[in-house]
Amino acid sequence: MFARAKEIASSLLLTELVKGLALTGRYLFSRKITVFFPEEKTPQGPRFRGLHALRRYPNGEERCIACKLCEAVCPALAITIESEMRQDGTRRTTRYDIDLTKCIFCGFCEESCPVDSIVETRVLEYHGEARGDLYYTKPVLLAIGDRYEAQIAADRAEDARFR
Amino acid sequence: MINLEIDGKAVQVENGATVMEAATKLGTFVPHFCWHKKLSIAANCRMCLVQVEKAPKPLPACATPATEGMKVWTQSPAAVAAQKGVMEFLLINHPLDCPICDQGGECQLQDLAVGYGGSCSRYTEEKRVVVNKNLGPLISTDMTRCIHCTRCVRFGQEIAGVMELGMAGRGEHSEILTFVGRTVDSELSGNVIDLCPVGALTSKPFRYAARTWELARRKSVSPHDGLGSNLVMQVKGERVMRVVPFENEAVNECWLSDRDRFAYEGLDTEDRLTRPMVCRDGAWVEVDWAEALEAVAQGLRETVDRHGPASIGALVSPTLTLEELFLATRLARGLGTDNIDHHFRALDSRARFAGAPWLGLSVADLPSLQSVLLVGSTIRKEHPLVAQRLRQGAKKGLAVNVVHVAGDDLLMPVASRLVARPSGLVAALAAVAKAVAEAAGGPLEGEVAKAVAGVAVTEEARAVAKGLVGRSRAAVLVGNYAQQHPEFAALAAIAREIARLAGATFGVLAQNANSVGAKLVGAHPVAGGLDTRGLVAAAPKAWLVAGFEPERDAAMAPAAIEALKKAEFVVALSSWRCWAPEYAHVILPIAPSAETAGTFVNMEGRVQSFHAVTLPRGEARPGWKVLRVLGTMLGLPGFEAEDIGEVRAAIAPDLDAWAKAGLSNELAPFAFTVAAPGTGLERVAEWPVYGTDPQVRRAPSLQRTADARMAAKARMNAATAIANGLALGDRVRVTQGGGEAVLEVAIDPALPDGCVRIARGIAATVWLGEGDLALAKATGEAAA
Repeated sequence: MFARAKEIASSLLLTELVKGLALTGRYLFSRKITVFFPEEKTPQGPRFRGLHALRRYPNGEERCIACKLCEAVCPALAITIESEMRQDGTRRTTRYDIDLTKCIFCGFCEESCPVDSIVETRVLEYHGEARGDLYYTKPVLLAIGDRYEAQIAADRAEDARFR
Repeated sequence: MINLEIDGKAVQVENGATVMEAATKLGTFVPHFCWHKKLSIAANCRMCLVQVEKAPKPLPACATPATEGMKVWTQSPAAVAAQKGVMEFLLINHPLDCPICDQGGECQLQDLAVGYGGSCSRYTEEKRVVVNKNLGPLISTDMTRCIHCTRCVRFGQEIAGVMELGMAGRGEHSEILTFVGRTVDSELSGNVIDLCPVGALTSKPFRYAARTWELARRKSVSPHDGLGSNLVMQVKGERVMRVVPFENEAVNECWLSDRDRFAYEGLDTEDRLTRPMVCRDGAWVEVDWAEALEAVAQGLRETVDRHGPASIGALVSPTLTLEELFLATRLARGLGTDNIDHHFRALDSRARFAGAPWLGLSVADLPSLQSVLLVGSTIRKEHPLVAQRLRQGAKKGLAVNVVHVAGDDLLMPVASRLVARPSGLVAALAAVAKAVAEAAGGPLEGEVAKAVAGVAVTEEARAVAKGLVGRSRAAVLVGNYAQQHPEFAALAAIAREIARLAGATFGVLAQNANSVGAKLVGAHPVAGGLDTRGLVAAAPKAWLVAGFEPERDAAMAPAAIEALKKAEFVVALSSWRCWAPEYAHVILPIAPSAETAGTFVNMEGRVQSFHAVTLPRGEARPGWKVLRVLGTMLGLPGFEAEDIGEVRAAIAPDLDAWAKAGLSNELAPFAFTVAAPGTGLERVAEWPVYGTDPQVRRAPSLQRTADARMAAKARMNAATAIANGLALGDRVRVTQGGGEAVLEVAIDPALPDGCVRIARGIAATVWLGEGDLALAKATGEAAA
């Protein structure tokens, strides 16, 4: 009986509406959280998993040794590697492709890499205009690595103590 | 029998068995590195330590004999502690370079380190580094990874018969090496790659090419010798990346010859044919299959109409599959010609066997023989794994007797040896036959008795007879060289008579993967048709050439090429371009055996069927399909098979029984005379170990081996070289049968005086024909 009276009272006095409008009002006057991408960006952690890159050693030698662990661990089968013995007798890739349309950005490749060669950078704004544009090849991945090396190295350094 | 208990489970083993064998019998895994079932026990890795009741210290399972009532624990705390300790010591000097190691993923040390190793190393001092060795073009080394199990050393000593690898130094300074400046040149050397439990010895052609987990494993059968070794071809995509043995105790045990192991490289060469080609007005154009097959059908039909069916000749390779040979034979017979042959390596086809000549016993029985006589066989190079079987027998007392044209080192104890000039081989064997008759006390019979009547028995022949007669299990085996000898029929007749007198089994070592099969399906003249020699002489109007390179594979190559060039219509079924564009009119690309399903019948009559390992390259198609369609287009009956199973069923409902029934070493009587040995220069002509078929010849790594390099030289003994004014390293112009070749001189003391070993089947010697041989020192010019 009491519950029934309370229900009638609240529907007559529009309490639900007032509650809703109160919430709206609170947000109307609170600090805005909208980020005006691309002018503004959300903060990223050092472990951010974005676009892949292949790194080099400071002397310019590519790190990748074609162990193919990333290829083996990749759950989306996005990585394709072919290897051979380079002229100097070292084990190197002749092909290192990542199909970013397959990639699920799980980061397993980075985790499996024994030489920190394949890494995921903070880059998330990339696109392709034609079919195949998101099929990244070894030279492209190395170029990305060269371009963002400072950031990549800083991120690895920051994360190193947790590894 | 001994009763013992391992991990609480009772097991019964033979007297003399080890704890390791008992554990294996129970299915209990004891970790090990140096122990291998086919090798002697070294017990130097110490990984198999187990706890034994009443033993104060852990004992190595591989070297501890099982005793009555023994109680063994393989997983007890003491045993595990011992194993972990050994693993820690092994890993002290082992580099942690698994990511770049080719063994990674299939490494015994890696696997066992996961089970028995610690999670991190306590060793902080410097690791030892060992300089890599050059072991030749087949085996690559990373000696720092070696854990000194000495499997490779024991393999060389016990299986390959030559100690090419050894361990020098002690303790931390010990390392595996060859004799100074030497490489590993054994024809079985590739097996150390499989044996090495770590990544110290790996395959050079495969180096860094793929990872074990990316490879699909598909079974196949080797097409390169008469044994038909069982293979596992490891495939990535549509490419064979490497070949490893498939264990079959009855055929190849767990071994593989280098030829079988590395010939896969020949599958991916520049000159693989990928599209059918037709020659139009002197120019080669690539066409589709329908057009090419129509051209073939029309060409054959026109030849039959114009010149009759007898003007067609077919030469088919005994390396083709049984199905291909069967359909090719049916095609030839369907067209009305009996001119079909597969013996293009034979110079003498007069020997008439009642069935398909075969080994006469099973390969697995070879080591249990008491005596064997090898007639005209460079067995180590012809059938490396058959030689290995005989080597195992020789260790247990098998007397190996040899009658051959060269005293090659067989890497096993040889009881007696008779080395004759090629022209004197029949006389030498005749002398042996007489000596055997003397020793056995029975007279020679038939045509052989008449022929050898005038032959004098030599002491050497008596020695051979002594090695052969009076043994309970003996065999007389006729090798490839004898089968390629111009007097093969005589050799076979005498060998058979020797076998009869000595109570031995007479056997023929089948030259090629399917020599027995080719004979079984009747790919040879049966109704008065022409054989290879007859065909080459008659120069028919149309040829069908399938599965081989006439310029390299035929015994009378220059004459064969001439005959082919004279023909009006030649169709070549080949996987490689070869010289086919020079003589053919239509070239049909067929798949080599790795790319087609098929069957081989090996030298012991074993029928081995296999599936295709990869798809054929480009538009190449399996030979049996090509022949099937061709047969249909020609309107011949019996070409309705839709799949390979139907072709097999058409050959025989039960292939095994059919093959067994068709084997026979019964020889028709053959009248011959024994000629006195010649006195002039003679050529010892053989197909070298890496020149046996088109695929092997195109395998680059095999062609870089010491065997292949030696095969490209003119070899003679020092006396012959001096007599001809030649010295080691000179260039010599060899002239024979109108052709000539310029070769480097090598000294081979195994050859008799006046003999020069010049290989067939290699590029330099294609134009050498038959007949008298002349040598002249060549000055200031490059080898041909």
